Amino acid sequence: MRVEIKFAGFGGQGIIKSGIIIAAAACIHGGKNAVQTQSYGPESRGGACKSEVVISEEDIDFPKVVEPDVLVVMSQHAYNEYVENVKPGGTIIMDPDMIPHEVDLKNAQVHRIPATKIAEELGKKIVANIVMLGAFVAITRILDANAVKESIKENIPKGTEELNLKAFEQGYEYGKTLPKSQA
Amino acid sequence: MVEQVTHPLSKYLRADMMPHIWCPGCGNGIVLNCFVHALDELKTDLDKLVVVSGIGCIGRTAGYTNTDSFHTTHGRAIAFATGVKLASPELEVVIVSGDGDLFAIGGNHFIHAARRNIGVKVICANNFNYGMTGGQLGPTTPLESLTTTSPYGNIEHPFNLVHLAAAAGAIYVARWTTLHVRRLTQSMKKMMQKEGFCFIEVISPCPEIFGRYNKMRTGLEMMEWFKKASVVESFSDPAKAEITKEKIVVGEFVDTQKLSYEKLFHEKIAQINERSIQ
Amino acid sequence: MPSKRSLLTGAHFMNGDVACAEGAIAAGCRFFAGYPITPATEIAEHLSQRMPEFGGIYIQMEDEIASMAAVLGASYAGLKAMTATSGPGFSLMQENIGLAVMTETPCVIVDIMRGGPSTGQPTLPGQQDVMQARWGSHGDYATVALAPSSVQEMFDLTLEAFNLAETYRVPAMLLGDEIVAHMYEKLVIPPPDKLRIVNRKRPNVPREEYMPFKPDEDLVPPMACFGEGYHFHATGLTHDERGYPQTSSSEAQQKLVTRLCNKIRKNEDKIIRVEETMLDDADVAVVAYGIVARSALSAVRKAREKGIKAGLLRLITLWPFPEKRVAQLAEQTKAIVVPEMNCGQMVLEVERKAKETPVAFLSKLGEEPHTPLEILEEIRRNS
Repeated sequence: MRVEIKFAGFGGQGIIKSGIIIAAAACIHGGKNAVQTQSYGPESRGGACKSEVVISEEDIDFPKVVEPDVLVVMSQHAYNEYVENVKPGGTIIMDPDMIPHEVDLKNAQVHRIPATKIAEELGKKIVANIVMLGAFVAITRILDANAVKESIKENIPKGTEELNLKAFEQGYEYGKTLPKSQA
Repeated sequence: MVEQVTHPLSKYLRADMMPHIWCPGCGNGIVLNCFVHALDELKTDLDKLVVVSGIGCIGRTAGYTNTDSFHTTHGRAIAFATGVKLASPELEVVIVSGDGDLFAIGGNHFIHAARRNIGVKVICANNFNYGMTGGQLGPTTPLESLTTTSPYGNIEHPFNLVHLAAAAGAIYVARWTTLHVRRLTQSMKKMMQKEGFCFIEVISPCPEIFGRYNKMRTGLEMMEWFKKASVVESFSDPAKAEITKEKIVVGEFVDTQKLSYEKLFHEKIAQINERSIQ
Repeated sequence: MPSKRSLLTGAHFMNGDVACAEGAIAAGCRFFAGYPITPATEIAEHLSQRMPEFGGIYIQMEDEIASMAAVLGASYAGLKAMTATSGPGFSLMQENIGLAVMTETPCVIVDIMRGGPSTGQPTLPGQQDVMQARWGSHGDYATVALAPSSVQEMFDLTLEAFNLAETYRVPAMLLGDEIVAHMYEKLVIPPPDKLRIVNRKRPNVPREEYMPFKPDEDLVPPMACFGEGYHFHATGLTHDERGYPQTSSSEAQQKLVTRLCNKIRKNEDKIIRVEETMLDDADVAVVAYGIVARSALSAVRKAREKGIKAGLLRLITLWPFPEKRVAQLAEQTKAIVVPEMNCGQMVLEVERKAKETPVAFLSKLGEEPHTPLEILEEIRRNS
């Protein structure tokens, strides 16, 4: 089955990297096919940014996301832009501290993960995206946690493994304890 | 029966490409002559020499020398030669081209090759105009000169090529006129023994085109100007070596040494691979 | 010289630009000259690190004109050489692509297509340079251009481009797009002994008899390199088999330029590659390439699910264009649909061969390629 995932936020949050980690986890460690595509503005930092992943048991023809099953969103701007486009009944995983203004969604499962806050408590705001990945794995169960952990280790700077894996675990635990739906 | 006489320097030239295309009184033949004399005196291994030219009258030089040779698009001789030198640092790569080719359309390549100190050697025949296309103004045309595209007198300030080369980082810079055949030949020899980006400007007569519009209709008249105006000033300030009707400062301006780009690059390669083996 | 020389093998998850760079190294490329430009910069960055590990050269030139010239110089000095760029740089390279054609210099030019004209949309995809790849330099010539659709093909077709460049002594082009270049996907690299690597034909006559532009029967002359003692001349001027300028001989011009075109035309059957999906009984054929071919494949599958007999002809070789196959398809099908990320370029070639069969063109510009549903809708309209 084809699953479409969209990661969105602003440049500097590790959005592109999140997509690469998840797609590599599926493809190299999870025995599935996966493609990651991206789009970004001319700015290295601060501009709107999205990273799309398609995961499937079969060959992937069209590599772009048309209607995401899952939206992982970390900025108000990205939320406003993409939230209406989620597949009916789809999943939204969001950082509520980065998105103060929510709209009323009728047909989606919304999970609020205070990833930036958790990351700040760990001492590095920059790992908020990895906290989100932990929650993503716990909530969606599309991928095995160990496969994602392997992928994280391969896709982060050397020497930051401990911090990143801790961030992943905290996000994972937070995601696991959430009630099924908060729509 | 007429005895076949072979010129002692004929092995340096492609006899079957003659006659050459240059006009009577043109200085390009002198430049080529000095060049092959320099090769001969240095006993240069012709198998390891590559001559590259751009477009223009002097650009035909590559074809006339009996070595591996390449005649590029307009202005690109130095960029092409950069690829040759980096790919095969053991080759001696000499560029022979003109002022318009090297300093108008190819000016950017010149300054960057000098900045990088790529070990190619540049000989520029400066005849103050675009001869091949019939005498248009170029980047070295003196102020007030008449050309087919400056019929009211040139108002563009010309480049002082030796100053430009020195400022861009060339490790050897000299200027001679086609009158200074011995010194020019010695200079070419010296240049070819150096490692790094070198530049020789040769002031060369173009009586048929440039001279015709500027009251010097014969090669002799142009050479007389060179004779009257030339002053040998060794290692003088190239910034003050602007060419005027009254004065052409000639001589060597820069003769220094620094590691060439290709040497540095190949040292890096060796370092990287030693590190990886340890 | 000691060298790491560790060619990547096995499965990797990487982006198309890096796959292209690795494909070049696997093909034996040992010289890269380029100039930074989005979305091709990652190729240069990766090769600046990898080339020295293989004893190869990386140089960032002052512009794309110089990059192309340096690539030619390196190729004549005996190295396999390439450059990589995007539209604005591809425009600047056209001058010396012409010189490569005229002097029969094997080399590879990667153009990662973005939105044009001019500076356009640097970070967004396009397919707007496909005609430029065919006709961009002045004068008549024929050359080779390949269009990858996946990260795997960014590797495979870069290697293939080198093989074609070396076989036919031409500048071979790889026309990727921003999506394929930046997309991450699985890439499997076979061990080096499983790769087919072609090297240029070398002279087999005594040095004094060597003529640098005297072709063999396949119309391709064997190539000597600088420093080997052949003392040959090459020029961008029209020349004879010795390489000597022939600027006023009509015969020399007729002979040389015709051969430059024919060495590709007459070898077309060996060069052209397409991928066919469900075309055998198709009523509607989609002709697509690059990233758009993947939307088209999805659309064709969806059409079949709905009982519409659709099929896909994916162009792997854009140039030479698979004229014969398209002509056959036109006879067999009711309509041909051509989606492209431009305002209608390869569709002109399809129309030229389609004769009476209607050809529907579907344009899409900007960030996203056609969605499968958009192409499906066009298939339905024409079925």
